[in-house]
Amino acid sequence: MQFELNPPPHALPTTSVPKVMRHVIYALVPAAVAHVWFFGWGICINALIATAAALGAEAVMLRVRSRPVKPTLLDGTATVTAVLLAFAIPPLAPWWVPVIGAVSAIVLAKHLYGGLGSNLFNPAMVGYAVLLISFPVEMTYWLPPRGAELGLPSIGAWDSLRFALTGSLPQGLSVDAVTQATPLDLVREGLTSMQTLAEVQAGPLFGGMGGRGWVWVNSLIAVGGLYLLFRGIIRWHIPVSMLAAIVVLAAVFHALDASRYASASFHLFSGASLLGAFFIATDPVSAATTNRGRLIYGAGIGILVYAIRTWGGYPDGVAFAVLLMNATVPLLDRYTRPRIYGRPR
Amino acid sequence: MSTGTPIARGLLPERLIIPMDQQAGAAAVPVVEVGQRVRRGEMIGQPGGLRSAGVHASASGTVGAIREGPAPTVNGLTTSLCVHLETDGRDEQAPSEVWPKERDARIDAICSAGIVGLGGAVFSTAEKLRDDAECDLLILNGAECEPYISCDDMLMREHPLEVVRGALAMMDLAGAESTVIAVERDKPDALRAVREAAAQLGDTRIEIARVPTVYPAGGERQLVELLTGREVPSGDYPPAVGCICQNVGTAFALDRFTRRGEPLTSRIVTVTGNGVANAANVEVPIGTPIRDLIDFCGGYRGEVARLILGGNMMGYALPGDDLPVTKAGNCIVAAHSDEVRESFGEWPCIRCGDCADVCPPRLLPQELLRAASVRDFDHLDALGLNDCIECGCCDVACPSQIALTERFRQAKQAWAVVSKRASMADLAARRHRRKLARLAAQTEDIHRQQYDLIAAIGSEDSRAMIEEAVARASRRRGESDATH
Repeated sequence: MQFELNPPPHALPTTSVPKVMRHVIYALVPAAVAHVWFFGWGICINALIATAAALGAEAVMLRVRSRPVKPTLLDGTATVTAVLLAFAIPPLAPWWVPVIGAVSAIVLAKHLYGGLGSNLFNPAMVGYAVLLISFPVEMTYWLPPRGAELGLPSIGAWDSLRFALTGSLPQGLSVDAVTQATPLDLVREGLTSMQTLAEVQAGPLFGGMGGRGWVWVNSLIAVGGLYLLFRGIIRWHIPVSMLAAIVVLAAVFHALDASRYASASFHLFSGASLLGAFFIATDPVSAATTNRGRLIYGAGIGILVYAIRTWGGYPDGVAFAVLLMNATVPLLDRYTRPRIYGRPR
Repeated sequence: MSTGTPIARGLLPERLIIPMDQQAGAAAVPVVEVGQRVRRGEMIGQPGGLRSAGVHASASGTVGAIREGPAPTVNGLTTSLCVHLETDGRDEQAPSEVWPKERDARIDAICSAGIVGLGGAVFSTAEKLRDDAECDLLILNGAECEPYISCDDMLMREHPLEVVRGALAMMDLAGAESTVIAVERDKPDALRAVREAAAQLGDTRIEIARVPTVYPAGGERQLVELLTGREVPSGDYPPAVGCICQNVGTAFALDRFTRRGEPLTSRIVTVTGNGVANAANVEVPIGTPIRDLIDFCGGYRGEVARLILGGNMMGYALPGDDLPVTKAGNCIVAAHSDEVRESFGEWPCIRCGDCADVCPPRLLPQELLRAASVRDFDHLDALGLNDCIECGCCDVACPSQIALTERFRQAKQAWAVVSKRASMADLAARRHRRKLARLAAQTEDIHRQQYDLIAAIGSEDSRAMIEEAVARASRRRGESDATH
């Protein structure tokens, strides 16, 4: 009798890249539902356009690099990049915004560095940074959350879709009339125009711990993040150190001057703190790979996020903080290797 | 699935193929001739050098042939000189050996009785016990080395007294002060049996430790850390931290030898996998062809894709079933294609670090992979390539399904070749430098002689010699003038 001669181990693998990516998508579903509830169908439209663009760019790049197209296209990594990008794009966006973002993410950040596993920078954040720098105006088309009584005309699913495809709103409506700044924008503008924090946060867009609607979206993102944590898909080091850094800094400055520095809970539940901590910074390819490295990496992102929000030129700083810390990863990995069993302490 | 029935006995194949190269040291040397009749327990191969061990007839019969043939050895599937034995079914036993009184004689007797580590490493038991390193603790390893294997579990359940007695004998020979018997938590029957046996023997130096069932807790380096908190230094063995590790099967074999004078002629083998009709633990005469063992377990069932010797984590795939079971053979897995990994998906490494989380020596397989792909041996050294125990945990955890362990094995081999080549080049360079130095010394010698000569010209003696020669010459001239 003849048998095959594969090398050990023979045991079946317990997981796969597509399975991991599938769970990341599942974990984003509750937050996406909340997003739709508060801000309309825009995120779904953006996610679909971005995914199509990302998969298209991925296929073209694989063909150009003469790599097998089908297995990589089906591994789900480009889809995850596109969906994360969609969370960062305003719900009212012309179609070319998600397209340029997704194509930049896949072509510039991923394939020019050698494809999956070789990219130094987080693709979704590179895509977002390209959009933020190139199209600052379009990146402010955020809609007011459901429940904020502003008296603004509401935008339905069809209106969003039509705007995405044609760039025009129903008759009599202008973009400025329907869009609203995000809570982080408002805080920033208010503070620069010498308002106190309390005055800014008395506005209709605020409620509870952070921006109205955003508290729900971000809480559900945290729920999704905990799901990934308990599934063993991400580890606690990066989210914990990143959020701890933000919370500690925010708490200290808030205690020093509550009229100028927002509270820890506001920082936690506004902007992309939780999305960044659980879904962006934990991207394994561009993050530190040792446990000690992850702690430093996460804390670095947290500190930079707080610094950019508080003293920098942008309302939120997750993307730039992640990209800056991505650049430190080779160094972190080198100097944080664990001591090998049986080697001198 | 192999623990539902007691250990099956009575397997006696018509023909045994007994390799001489069954231990981690030198191969044994045959001491029988073709046509010779032997009884069970008779020595057919004597220890052949460093860390060797005796090899014995596992049944009575006639030596049919002595020839080189394929055999599983510690170096993988290679060849070994094998004694082919035609069994006669009478199972006649050789007279039992006498257990000597002196420690050294006892250790020599263990060596010639062919007792080696039955956990799979087949390291000479005599050599381990003889070791001068001061060991205070004997660890009796009852933690199965792999998930599929249950031979140690069954042995502890059915022969706890023998196992514990064997351990006591080992402890005395090694000069250790206490013994810890490590049993996995999920083996309550074995735990109870061993506990009762220890109580029955009433020796207070024995402790039973419940260890978590986490592969590879049965690996000796991991077990030492788990039980004592001591770490075996990189590149060293447990005696370096005062521990001596022995497998429960070895203790059982030793007890059989000390009490009944029987050398090692059989071992317990776990036969499992969906491809075998009745999974079981079988007491197998050493040298039994795997085919006979499978037939004893009801034969193959369904389409067997892979036949694995050892467990499915570290065991290796065999090309055929005509190979013999050796002292190292703790398990045979006859696997269908759906229970073993066929090919590797091999997405690129996404650096998730799942591999590092499961790595027992705390390596970073994700970094090793990168260094291995560019054959950066200095970096591989810094990352601890040679500390990799090849347990296979990283492969199983890897979402990219990369054949990490195989890459590391290949990198180790390539490194060995490169460093051998480097050391040979180094040797040649040193030889060349010595030659140059020698030549230089020779030249210097010649120069020195010339200098001496020149220097001699200026010395007192030579002046006298010259004056004498001149005088001689003028005298001769004067004589010739006189004659003309």
